[in-house]
Amino acid sequence: MTPLSPITAPEQPPAGAGRAQVRPRTLRLPLDPLLTLAVIGLAVCSMVTLGAATRDLVAGQPHYYTDRQLTYLIVGSLLMIALSRFDYARLRPLKNVIYGALIFSILAVLALGHTARGSQRAINLPFFSFQASELGKVLLTLALASLVVDRARRLRDRDTTALVMLAALVPAMFVIAQPDLGSGMVYVMIALTLLFVAGTSWKHLTALLALGLVSLTFVLVAAPAVGVHVLKPYQVQRLTAFLHPTTNAQKEGYQQEESKIAIGSGQKFGRGTNATQTKLNYVPEDHTDFVFAAVGEQYGFLGAAFVLALYGLLIWRALRILVMSKDLFGSLVAAGVAAMLMFQVFVNVGMTIGIMPITGVTLPLMSYGGSSVITTLLAVGLLQSIYIQARASQALKGRVLR
Amino acid sequence: MSAIEPAGRRDGRIPVSPQLALRVAILGGLAMAMFAIIFFRLWFLQVLSGEQYVQQANANRARDLPIAAPRGEILDREGQPLVASRTTNAVQIVPSALPPAGRQRIRLYRRLGRLLGMTGPHIQALVIKGRTALPYAPVTIKTDAGRGALTVLAERQSEFPGVAQQPVSIRAYPYGAMAAQVLGYVGQVSESELKLRAFDGVKQGTVVGQEGLEYYYDRYLRGRPGIQRVEVNASGYPVPSKLAPTAPKSGYSLKVTLDLALQREGEKALLEGIENSRAGGKPADAGAFVALDPRNGQVLAMGSSPTFDPNKFAKPLTKSEYAALEGKSGASGEEAPAPLTDRAVNGTYPTGSTFKPITAMGTLEAGVINPTEGLGAGQCISVSTEQFCNAGKADYGAVGLVEALKVSSDTYFFQAGELANSHGNVIQREAHKLGVGEQTGIDLPSEITGLVPDRAWRAKVARQELRCEKRRHVSSCGISDGRPWSVGDNMHLAVGQGDLLTSPLQMAVAYSTLANAFTNGGDGWVVRPHLGMEIDAAQGRLVQSLSFPAQRHVHLNDEDVNLVMEGIHEAASQPGGTSAAVWAGWDQAQHPVYGKTGTAQHVGKEDQSWYMCYVGDPTRPIVIAVTVEQGGFGAETAAPIARLLASQWFGEPKKFVAGSSRTF
Repeated sequence: MTPLSPITAPEQPPAGAGRAQVRPRTLRLPLDPLLTLAVIGLAVCSMVTLGAATRDLVAGQPHYYTDRQLTYLIVGSLLMIALSRFDYARLRPLKNVIYGALIFSILAVLALGHTARGSQRAINLPFFSFQASELGKVLLTLALASLVVDRARRLRDRDTTALVMLAALVPAMFVIAQPDLGSGMVYVMIALTLLFVAGTSWKHLTALLALGLVSLTFVLVAAPAVGVHVLKPYQVQRLTAFLHPTTNAQKEGYQQEESKIAIGSGQKFGRGTNATQTKLNYVPEDHTDFVFAAVGEQYGFLGAAFVLALYGLLIWRALRILVMSKDLFGSLVAAGVAAMLMFQVFVNVGMTIGIMPITGVTLPLMSYGGSSVITTLLAVGLLQSIYIQARASQALKGRVLR
Repeated sequence: MSAIEPAGRRDGRIPVSPQLALRVAILGGLAMAMFAIIFFRLWFLQVLSGEQYVQQANANRARDLPIAAPRGEILDREGQPLVASRTTNAVQIVPSALPPAGRQRIRLYRRLGRLLGMTGPHIQALVIKGRTALPYAPVTIKTDAGRGALTVLAERQSEFPGVAQQPVSIRAYPYGAMAAQVLGYVGQVSESELKLRAFDGVKQGTVVGQEGLEYYYDRYLRGRPGIQRVEVNASGYPVPSKLAPTAPKSGYSLKVTLDLALQREGEKALLEGIENSRAGGKPADAGAFVALDPRNGQVLAMGSSPTFDPNKFAKPLTKSEYAALEGKSGASGEEAPAPLTDRAVNGTYPTGSTFKPITAMGTLEAGVINPTEGLGAGQCISVSTEQFCNAGKADYGAVGLVEALKVSSDTYFFQAGELANSHGNVIQREAHKLGVGEQTGIDLPSEITGLVPDRAWRAKVARQELRCEKRRHVSSCGISDGRPWSVGDNMHLAVGQGDLLTSPLQMAVAYSTLANAFTNGGDGWVVRPHLGMEIDAAQGRLVQSLSFPAQRHVHLNDEDVNLVMEGIHEAASQPGGTSAAVWAGWDQAQHPVYGKTGTAQHVGKEDQSWYMCYVGDPTRPIVIAVTVEQGGFGAETAAPIARLLASQWFGEPKKFVAGSSRTF
């Protein structure tokens, strides 16, 4: 990635004009144009794909899903703009409140949640069913970033690493118990990335990785062998189905196989309205978790590459904002958001093309669903806020505070 | 990652620590590696193997086969089943398991045909038809093969490859022909029906109601079929589905207002009446009855003769069988009464003297007649050149209204009709007001409108005749003789003759209106007759109560209604009354009968027997309409049938008492 394109130019105030043009931090500060472009592009792709894939899903209401997705996108965008105007640094002292809210909301779902397809993930609000584990990704990022900043001087201590991992594992366990394996894994990834970016020693990171591998082996192989089922059987089946898709006659392998057929049959330029796999519902959930299969079949390699390019843009901007942040807290929040986006895009797309297990992770902004769309847009709002604050501090002081 | 160094190098705004730079670079590198993997995989799937996946997608021939939902029952008002669903083993052919096409398969068809009493080519035709309609689904060959054949098939499976037995639910009518026209029958949904809104969402091959209540309430009764997904492998054989089938949802049951005991007695009495009449030398061949609760329009019993057994529709009918049901009897092609026609609702008849209370009400209300004034003296009345006579040239003298109704004096009502003619459509308006010549709104698929003739109608048919003659250049189209309305038309209408056409149901509604006004001080209402009472889920849980509010309220002069009712009460209870003999021995104090006989005359046919009555009771009043085509005088044939129905309803001893009054 070579960022030194004219596009970064607007970031740079005219030389020497920094002090001369001192302006209060006002609403006139721009959003990150490329980040905004990526978000708008993905939103449009989501609407177009869903429009074709969900036309016949609700009899007599061809716009049932697109109307709702549009509402979520608009609400999320308004929240994103509002959040970008808010100084993210003010969230730092609130880490206990944020972490408490995270735990409370996840426990509330466990307590009163409504069971959808055997999982207890959402609370039904009057207008839409609220999935706490999605919003939890943003809350956890903020709380962990704050925690790491507080302990910035003791980063090399084993205690810090353990504390951060513990703080992430507690909500992750609750979420996996819901059971929402995908979100739980996102939480762990966020914690690992924060530690990694903040500068935890390689020794600790290696130890964590080894511990992870050992526990995964234990959960998948050793524990079932002695009769302890940490994960539900269907979760284990899903996790391992992609390794041997043709021998697995169960629903899990079937779904992934159909998804591969859908994407493969899209060829270079897609099948357009002839997309039988997704239209005839051979690929279940082709509007939520398997939306990328719909993209691949309808618009082919071209469309899939375009969508991936937009994600590339999104992730690049997240990393770019990570480095330009005015302080460590901003950097870490951006790192958390970047980790969430990277992990979700790779796991979700990998799942639809048969190189990753089925874990129930949504494709940010593309998948139909209010909780996921709004959470992703909130995360982007945080990135925008970090960007704006960084630009403002440059403009005010001519130098960067770190 | 490369993003950092240049930015840092350029203006030094971002003094990134080397450690952070390294780690972010690793993160960026990781992201790039991931995208690279995804792109290579996509390239492999879509560009390199795309062709193969297109073939797979096209070969993906999963089919959703419907699993028929059990149809809901139809219950009588007490909850006893009138129509049920019975499970039987159907003989099916699974096309994919058949021996290869050719001699082997032909021989199998022949062997199977011999067992089931069918021909080999017939079975072959059924299989081909079934396979085109619903590929990969088993084809049903016979639903009622009989125990013997089924045992043979089960024991010698190896001789019948591809032949299977499948329990299927078929419609059963435990009382056979009883109320057949009302209950209707079922059959596979037809191409044209699939386009109707009533059958929205119904899949091809579904069994739906075709007539009567089965048709009218089909969307409640039919339930929702389940779905079995069948997938086809590379060799074209269906493989067991990976997805669990969705279970069918059985239909709701329909509780109707019919009273099973009254219905059975009504059908029996109607047959008895027809036989009695035939024994008396009359060619009686058809008839109908309706019993209505006058307060709310609930149909307590309704039947039509000749009738048919709806169980016959469980399997395909032959052409001649169907022609017989439509009243076209076989080779001779002559017309016989059609069993499929519900004469109670769709029969169109003149009513004879049962119309007289309506004439009386109309002329009283309009002030055309004075109830105490004597009219109709002599055997006949002559108007211009035409003679209007009493039945049997009887002479009742000049009588008042009550006496005229009691003895059914035709001359009285001829004269009333003559007087009314100069006041406009006095009788016609009254008929429409009470419910004659109007659709009743009953919850059945079809009903007639009927006709109460008046000036405008005469002028209209005359115009139609003229237009038709001009268009077709013929001397007569047979629509009308082109003459204008005459006083004679009104006189014929006054005694329920002439061009009047109505159904037993409409007459029952009109008498209900009179009964309501009579019991309610002149404020009556025109009921909406109906059969549906409530929709129940399994185990009798109420889903929906059906409500049929009265069509409209009517106000009649209290004194006038009392006079008319007094007249028809005397007719049924006082010596000399037309149907008094029929009700001999009836407890008139407990259950007063208000009844009127009628004898409608037809050209070239024997007279049609009619009887209308209202039997009062504080808790369960009833209005009964009975008619027998070619049954002779009303008191002879129809009235005794009505008495049997009333006896059943009130738990009185049943006696067929034929009256002797020879009045129209």
